Amino acid sequence: MLHVAVATRTFRRYATYRAATLSGIFTNSVFGIIYSYAYLALWDANPSAGGYDSQDAVTYVWLGQALLMTIALWGGGTTDDLAERIRSGDVAIDLYRPVGLVGWYLASDLGRAAYHLLTRGFGPTLIGLVVFDISLPGSVLDAGAFAVSLVLAVIVSFAIRFLVASTAFWLLDQSGVKVMSGAFAIFISGMMLPLVLFPGWLGTLANALPWASYVQVPADIWLGKRQGTDLLAALGFQVMWAVVLIAACHGVLRLATRKVVVQGG
Amino acid sequence: MTADHTSGPLIDVRDLERTFDVRRRVEGRRRRTREQVVAVHDLTFSVDGGEMVGYIGPNGAGKSTTIKMLTGILVPTGGEVRVRGLDPSRQRVELARRIGVVFGQRSTLWWDLPLRDSFDLLQKMYRISPARYRENLDRFVDLLDLGAQLDTPVRQLSLGQRMRGDITAALLHDPEVIYLDEPTIGLDVVSKGRLREFLRALNRERGTTLLLTTHDLQDIEALCDRVIVIDHGTSVYDGTLAGLHAQGGSTRTLVVDLVDEAPPIDVPGAEVRKVEGPRQWLSFPSDASAAPIVAAVAASYAVADLSIQEPDIEDVIRDLYSRGA
Ligand SMILES: Nc1ncnc2c1ncn2[C@@H]1O[C@H](COP(=O)(O)OP(=O)(O)OP(=O)(O)O)[C@@H](O)[C@H]1O
Ligand SMILES: [Mg+2]
Repeated sequence: MLHVAVATRTFRRYATYRAATLSGIFTNSVFGIIYSYAYLALWDANPSAGGYDSQDAVTYVWLGQALLMTIALWGGGTTDDLAERIRSGDVAIDLYRPVGLVGWYLASDLGRAAYHLLTRGFGPTLIGLVVFDISLPGSVLDAGAFAVSLVLAVIVSFAIRFLVASTAFWLLDQSGVKVMSGAFAIFISGMMLPLVLFPGWLGTLANALPWASYVQVPADIWLGKRQGTDLLAALGFQVMWAVVLIAACHGVLRLATRKVVVQGG
Repeated sequence: MTADHTSGPLIDVRDLERTFDVRRRVEGRRRRTREQVVAVHDLTFSVDGGEMVGYIGPNGAGKSTTIKMLTGILVPTGGEVRVRGLDPSRQRVELARRIGVVFGQRSTLWWDLPLRDSFDLLQKMYRISPARYRENLDRFVDLLDLGAQLDTPVRQLSLGQRMRGDITAALLHDPEVIYLDEPTIGLDVVSKGRLREFLRALNRERGTTLLLTTHDLQDIEALCDRVIVIDHGTSVYDGTLAGLHAQGGSTRTLVVDLVDEAPPIDVPGAEVRKVEGPRQWLSFPSDASAAPIVAAVAASYAVADLSIQEPDIEDVIRDLYSRGA
């Protein structure tokens, strides 16, 4: 109940930033178009690169643009609020409340993600659909699995962003870590180039790391590349990282409150 | 109040200690040196249910640090804290349902949300029954005169309005103890008065225990029967407000207006503190009678007027602080 209330309030809060939303959709679409032509050129040269055909590749581009803000790939989202509250010392107030901080911020981030999905997710997807004729999930099962995968992607990304924000307990400021983590995520999540194109050990590694949950796994499910037990394995992979990372958030928070100081008088 | 832990005091602080490691840059050295700041040490006191305690001390004395340890958001580096028999830092969540905190410097309200929405979230967070919530909200809103602000986003509230909102927020779940860290900071005289009246009523009607930190001694005089003075992290006085006067070795002042200017008056049992033209200030111990001094002055000088000033609590405390330094 509380967490639903938290999520809806964050949703509403983000909904007040209309101008930012519109310009964001515009930006995503411009990037979507540029990437689409780049990928089309790439797949023209190698029509089955990574096991994708050119329609898969273009669909992947637009899914990436739709997911970018929904999972807050660059970092940010409600975990920026947390980092700011740690820096100012206001986190003291969050800490003495009878609810866990991780659950609270996760609920809040899901509210944010829902808003970004409806706007910055659907917006570019619609444009991709009209202009580039991207493919849709092949079955109801795939569509449902994609929805689940999307929620898991948000949770995994939230946990990583939460860990990044928690560095503020020690460093007072998360921004250095956040920039590095964002840049790394862009690359290793398959946002720039699908992980299916990563060669050899780099591909194996990237597909085993939590960032694969961000774009590659949901996109593969949308494209119907994961079926049957393989679909279960894909979702299981995300669940595993979600559980591990959320546990890490709890651990870090416990460590932070025991060792570290709450700032300010 | 139900009492399952009432065998001991409500708040029990024993040999409490908190140090901070800080790194400082020292002139001439390249590396920063580690240094320990002792914020609280050897602090022992206890508070019973229903008390209203003033917790005062100069800047940096360790008041906020103590309150953070009492709420469980800061872990002591030594000694013990128990609130209702619970260890605040280990049982923070359990304790949170029983305490309320107001930090004058920060807000517990959600910046972007209307006041009412913040209260709503708190109802869900503390699982306050709808009936009780309604009742409390109506009452606090009425007493603190917040009705017109309920639908205003917190960031648009004035300091005083926000503070009243924060106090409401801290009390909605009927806490047994409320810690107030400088709740009157920045409030005007009328708001301060209203707030004090409200806190008094809360204590009287619900038996809510109050621990109050402030630099405004009128808050203490208006609210607290008991005062704990802390300086350099440790308690230097714990007792009644009246006792604090005596402890300070405080003095009363006899103000004498002479008919003509004169050298400092010399009478037994009193000492001249100040001379300003024909007016002189003589101090004498609070527990001594003024009569013989007045008589002695009148016998030797031509007196135009006399008055006696009672000791000022601020002077007493200033005295206490400066002795500790
Ligand atoms: N996070 C911290 N790191 C280092 N030193 C700290 C920290 N918090 C407090 N201190 C130090 O501990 C001492 C006590 O601080 P505290 O905030 O408890 O004082 P206070 O009594 O609340 O003062 P004030 O009246 O100014 O609010 C001060 O010397 C302060 O510099
Ligand atoms: Mg303080």
